[in-house]
Amino acid sequence: MTVRIGVVTFPGTLDDRDTQRAVRLAGAEAVPLWHRDKDLKQVDAVVLPGGFSYGDYLRAGAISRFSPVMETVIGQARDGLPVLGICNGFQVLTETHLLPGAMLRNESLHFVCRDQRLRVENAGTAWTTDYTGGQEIRVPLKNIDGRYVADERTLDELEAEGRVAFRYLGGNPNGSLRDIAGLTNEAGNVVGLMPHPEHAVEPLIGTGRTDGLGFFTSILKRLVNA
Amino acid sequence: MARVVVDVMLKPEILDPQGQAVQRALPRLGFEGIGDVRQGKRFELDVEGPVDDAALARIRTVAETFLANTVIEDFTVHVEDRAGS
Repeated sequence: MTVRIGVVTFPGTLDDRDTQRAVRLAGAEAVPLWHRDKDLKQVDAVVLPGGFSYGDYLRAGAISRFSPVMETVIGQARDGLPVLGICNGFQVLTETHLLPGAMLRNESLHFVCRDQRLRVENAGTAWTTDYTGGQEIRVPLKNIDGRYVADERTLDELEAEGRVAFRYLGGNPNGSLRDIAGLTNEAGNVVGLMPHPEHAVEPLIGTGRTDGLGFFTSILKRLVNA
Repeated sequence: MARVVVDVMLKPEILDPQGQAVQRALPRLGFEGIGDVRQGKRFELDVEGPVDDAALARIRTVAETFLANTVIEDFTVHVEDRAGS
């Protein structure tokens, strides 16, 4: 069986090609999805890649949320479709309220671009089973609107339910509350994170490691075994 | 055409580093005595037809679902007084 993973391109998306490549390297078929298209082409999972969709006008991810493709993605994600949001994709997921909280301008007000150490806090989601809980990985991070915020009650709930999927190590790059780098929804099918696993899938480029490949192999195994 | 203004501000408990940067710049410009600055957004909506309760209700929905993210922001809606125009 060929697993088909959709990669959405919004106007202003930057990392769709890298994401498609990561999907292929993991052994799945990458299916390009267009923002104006409601049809998801019967994909088994969807990745919302990084970039500056719709110019990040209004708020990062705010306009993408109302695009035709997201109408379908939101509905199907609620029914269990695996969805991974990376960077701008994570921002879209918070704007759609598929994940709680919101993203704001980095506390430093600077664009931050660096290799970032992360701790995998939840290795039980659809996108993280090829990691182990507590594992440390290193992937690139590049953002200016990466400060995760939510109210204290929401943060406590997320912690108690194990829904903080990734945490920053070695310095918080953007002022995210409780060093949160990534989240999962309750069901574990929707995951969002600010750093970029798709840029760390080949030894030749990026961090020189392949720490990010696990996202794509995790979902592949999950779908093959489904 | 009537104008309706939507003001969007970060909630008080949300850190606003942009406002802080503005506040810190004020003494360098010779402005003393301003203890805090918060930065927000203002939207001016030119509305076709009458701005009645129904129109205002629609605009509140726009503000709540789109112009503001109520997880982090509060908003107010008011009709701009353009007396004399």
